[in-house]
Amino acid sequence: MGKKLHVTTTINGEQVEFLCEARQSLLEVLRDVLGLTGAKEGCNNGNCGACTVLFDGLPVDSCLVLGVEAEGATIQTVEGIACDGRLHPLQQCFLEGAALQCGVCTPGFLVAAKALLDKHPHATEEQIRFELSGNLCRCTGYDKIVRAVMEAAKEMTHA
Amino acid sequence: MKDFEYAAAATLDEAVSLLAARGERAKILAGGTDIIVQLREGLREADLVVDVKKIPEIMTYRFDPASGLSLGAAVPCYRIYEDGDVAAAYPALADAARIIGGWQIQSRASIGGNLCNSSPAADSIPALIALGAACKIAGPEGMRSVPVEQFCTSPGKNVLRRGELLVSIQFPPPAAKSGSHYLRFIPRNEMDIAVVGAGAWLRMQDGVIAEGRIGLAAVAPTPKLAEQASRFLAGKPASEETFRQAGELARQSASPISDMRGPAQYRLHLVGVLTRRALAKAAERAGA
Amino acid sequence: MKSPLRKNKSKRLPSKANRRSVRRAAQAARRSTNGRTNGRAKVPKFKVLGTRPIRHDGADKVTGRAIYTADVKLAGLIHASMVRSPHAHARIVSIDTSAAEKYPGVLAVVTGKDFPNVADKIAELGEGAVNLAHLSANCMAKDKALYKGHAVAAVAAASALDAAEAAKLIQVQYEPLPAVTWVLDAMKEDAPLLHDDVYTDQMGKVGKKPSNVAKHLIFEIGDVKKGFASADLVIEREFKTQTVHQGYIEPHAAVALWNADGHLTIYSATQGAFTCRQQTAEVLQVPVSQVTVIPCEIGGGFGGKISIYLEPVAAMLSKKSGRPVKMTMTRQEVFEGTGPTPASFMRVKLGAKKNGKLVAGEAWLAYDAGAYPGGVIGPGCMCVFSCYDLPNARVDGFDVCVNKPQTKAYRAPGATHAAFACETIIDELAEALKMDPIDFRLKNAAKEGTRRVDGPVYPRIGLVETLQAAKNTPHYKSKLTGKNRGRGVACGFWFNIGLKSSASASVEPDGTVALVEGSTDIGGTRTSVAMQLAETLGIPAEDVHPKVGDTDSIGYTDVTGGSRVTFATGLAAYQCGLDIIRQMSERAAMLWDCKPQQVKFDAGVFRNGRKSITFKELAAKLPETGGGIIGRATVDPQGATNGFGAHIADVEVDPETGKVTILRYTAVQDAGKAVHPSYVEGQMQGGATQGIGWALNEEYFYNDQGRMTNASFLDYRMPTALDVPMIETVIVEVPNPAHPYGVRGVGETPIVSPPATIASAIYHAAGVRMRELPMAPYKVCKAMMEKASM
Repeated sequence: MGKKLHVTTTINGEQVEFLCEARQSLLEVLRDVLGLTGAKEGCNNGNCGACTVLFDGLPVDSCLVLGVEAEGATIQTVEGIACDGRLHPLQQCFLEGAALQCGVCTPGFLVAAKALLDKHPHATEEQIRFELSGNLCRCTGYDKIVRAVMEAAKEMTHA
Repeated sequence: MKDFEYAAAATLDEAVSLLAARGERAKILAGGTDIIVQLREGLREADLVVDVKKIPEIMTYRFDPASGLSLGAAVPCYRIYEDGDVAAAYPALADAARIIGGWQIQSRASIGGNLCNSSPAADSIPALIALGAACKIAGPEGMRSVPVEQFCTSPGKNVLRRGELLVSIQFPPPAAKSGSHYLRFIPRNEMDIAVVGAGAWLRMQDGVIAEGRIGLAAVAPTPKLAEQASRFLAGKPASEETFRQAGELARQSASPISDMRGPAQYRLHLVGVLTRRALAKAAERAGA
Repeated sequence: MKSPLRKNKSKRLPSKANRRSVRRAAQAARRSTNGRTNGRAKVPKFKVLGTRPIRHDGADKVTGRAIYTADVKLAGLIHASMVRSPHAHARIVSIDTSAAEKYPGVLAVVTGKDFPNVADKIAELGEGAVNLAHLSANCMAKDKALYKGHAVAAVAAASALDAAEAAKLIQVQYEPLPAVTWVLDAMKEDAPLLHDDVYTDQMGKVGKKPSNVAKHLIFEIGDVKKGFASADLVIEREFKTQTVHQGYIEPHAAVALWNADGHLTIYSATQGAFTCRQQTAEVLQVPVSQVTVIPCEIGGGFGGKISIYLEPVAAMLSKKSGRPVKMTMTRQEVFEGTGPTPASFMRVKLGAKKNGKLVAGEAWLAYDAGAYPGGVIGPGCMCVFSCYDLPNARVDGFDVCVNKPQTKAYRAPGATHAAFACETIIDELAEALKMDPIDFRLKNAAKEGTRRVDGPVYPRIGLVETLQAAKNTPHYKSKLTGKNRGRGVACGFWFNIGLKSSASASVEPDGTVALVEGSTDIGGTRTSVAMQLAETLGIPAEDVHPKVGDTDSIGYTDVTGGSRVTFATGLAAYQCGLDIIRQMSERAAMLWDCKPQQVKFDAGVFRNGRKSITFKELAAKLPETGGGIIGRATVDPQGATNGFGAHIADVEVDPETGKVTILRYTAVQDAGKAVHPSYVEGQMQGGATQGIGWALNEEYFYNDQGRMTNASFLDYRMPTALDVPMIETVIVEVPNPAHPYGVRGVGETPIVSPPATIASAIYHAAGVRMRELPMAPYKVCKAMMEKASM
């Protein structure tokens, strides 16, 4: 067992302190140290996107970030997408559009899609497919996911 | 993966001395998208990981049409393709930065990291070769510069010596009437390793190609400059026939292997096709 | 909450005959609901079925709160890591665990020696059977490692990272043996032999010397020789496919706690809590009553999470350490150490008359079983000609052991291979006979009364309606223009089984119902089952609160597999509803002082003459009329519900690289009754996309030492969002006569058609017939070059 390092960071708007080993990934820290199990491990090498979180506003695979790198950063996970007890339009559209089956890729898709709509509120189908290509889904064939993101975009820009 | 020490170096000197002291047992962490996987999967080992993202020189990002682009080695890919001026001045670089992994990877991965990982199939290196970029390296003996096509030495290996690290990549100022393009062939449409990659750069003058450079990936132990094909371009019209012949010459310079990403024969065939397509697009961008 | 979503592309297409049978089923439903016959013929107006409510577990899944097995935390939890064979075939000479045991933080180590010897006994697992000795050896090798990735030891430590480090210190001495990985090579006389106790079983006749060929199946109807003699046109072709993986995003995971009282509790990512319990108990040689399996949310399965891998190992480590133990696989372990679906070699022959009538068929199918016998050749044989009325046919099937992971079910196991072969020849025949490929299929389509090659005679099925619907799609009616483009079509079939399911439900005083059912929910089945209970009780879907029970809280329920849950567990929910109605009628009778038989129930209202009371009102009166009501049902419907589909694909082939782009894709399928249309479409779209991946890029790539070289999501290349277009869907509804609401299974059929559909489209785009999967760019490119040089 290695020496533990002290890290101060901001997660879902709250300042958080934790101890971790240098070798622990941000994903392991979120899940095992902080109990935020929304981000999932699908491959642990950056090829499925199930562990996507926002790191200083940018989508990253949290399996490819060291926990210690979170020092001073601002992190948002799927647990922080709904606010004040209300679902984000993306979450609502995923539910209404049946855009999930087993649900294990869903947190990663939601986080990546949020980053996408924050940046491109009027994202086209092609943009959505391109920007979400780092997230694998094996259940839905992507159809309903892409539609849900387009629907959420529509709602958010008309709100 | 065994635990390791972590140090976030604040200056180049600090990084150099840490790396010099630990040698092979120290590894550099930039975007981490390669090194973290390699450490985890036992492909590389480290006692010390040196995070270089706090070092100002390694995060520089400076573009001036007169002096060119100085790209810090750890600047993440997304910065490049989101910068309209740089994407216009060095389109092949933006092409490559846009397809290295998905968005999650591009938020972290850097061109410098892609170089230092030194994969034969690296997407950015053929573009860097085509654009005539140079690597600025810091080390115990000070700074040195190496042309990008000489940086990689074999799969996963490069010219960095004990205590050295890549600081930045220097791109010459964009020439008038020049254009470039990088493309790769992959079986999927994203999130894949190049079966073959081809980068091309052309400068037009008086209606013909004044000079051109072609970089290739996944066709040899290192990404390479297709020298003969590049030389051939000078003085030729920017025509389909020129590009086809250049593709044929590029093919002759390739020595690919067969693996799960594609048989050697197929890769050879693709070198011709991709070189031609890369040149045609580069010419279009050069206004030919 | 807003009303359920936008207009969907799906259309339900009730033909006249179709409407009649819908009516009949509805009448039957009503009859059994209220015990009387409704004389007036009405098209049923379901209140709940066919609507699109939000799934009950949805909020947890979009907020990251749903608990999957890897998310389970127990006090004192430790973590374990497996040691796996680097060799494709090797004798295990010795295992030295001493260094690992000394590693800081290590709490227990196990090897094959720690597991009891299990007799050669066949255990029925619902969908398929398993030899327990093989199952045990597959979880942890004893004498021999039979594939690269075969588990040989395991270590538990305080942290997962330390367990993995300690695992590296276990010294295994191997004596490498020659390996064989291709099915035809393994069938050769002089092939390396995997087992010295496996003999070829040819329909009950057992061979005299050990062989890699575990089974030779033979099915025959009519007179094949005569059939072919009467044909005007005969086409025979050979096909190859490679090993592919289900590719679920959640790696296998298990948490085990062997308590001080000897009771074992397991949390598992399993498709069936009861079969998981049975397999684990058998491998550990403890009574099933000593084991409780708690099924967690499961991140995809597709057939790959029926067999156990980690559960007995985690249990044994827990027993040794006295701590709860979590094991999760890495993605590489999932590829190399779990059950993919087989590679195959197939030779298929079909004969037709000039008028387009099929007269004879013959198939020779060899599927690899992986390291242990018992692959998916059986259903492959039964499915190869299942779409056609073929009077004369023979199928020979071989189950062959090779040095690869033991193969397992993958969505319509065995059928996709066979359909790739058969449908490609059908396409060639249609072309040779100058017939439209759908018309040719319609002329020969299986229908009620058709006998399949393995014996069963179909009841009412919907292939003809499905093909007609395909022909009428905007997609098929559209003109495909442009260079290097082509369109293909193909059919698909899967049985969709019944088997055992249980449900129990309690009526709450506020008129809602808490439902417990036994089917682990992979794709929204809590909701499709709850909807059937809601329909039966005449209450909104949202008023049923479904939960998946563990093995101590619900009656026996078979695996979530075989496209059976919405059909069979739905049937259990329906009968559970009838049980509730019966008991509530008694309460109404008590209130009204009449006989229970005088109380009638229809559409959520109990009546006796002019008196009436709604379900909700009566629920409120339960406390004062004798207390709560619990309905329960356990069912075991036999036979298949027979799901047919037809797919249409437009592709463009890059003439220089051979890369195939899917331009447009439509899936048409008979769902019987689409309970929740969105999730039916989702099954069709997801299955189609898996099939597209199988068709174009997915394969286990082996080197000559029998090691997989692409055991990662990077190089295994499953489709991303950018690799597929929107998948258009058309749901056909030809009600299943064996279900009160007409439900058929839908989950598996959609994966069957894509490879053949795309092969046909590639042919029409590029002029080359691809007979090997995957139809990777380099293969298409090579075929085009060969054609050009001819």
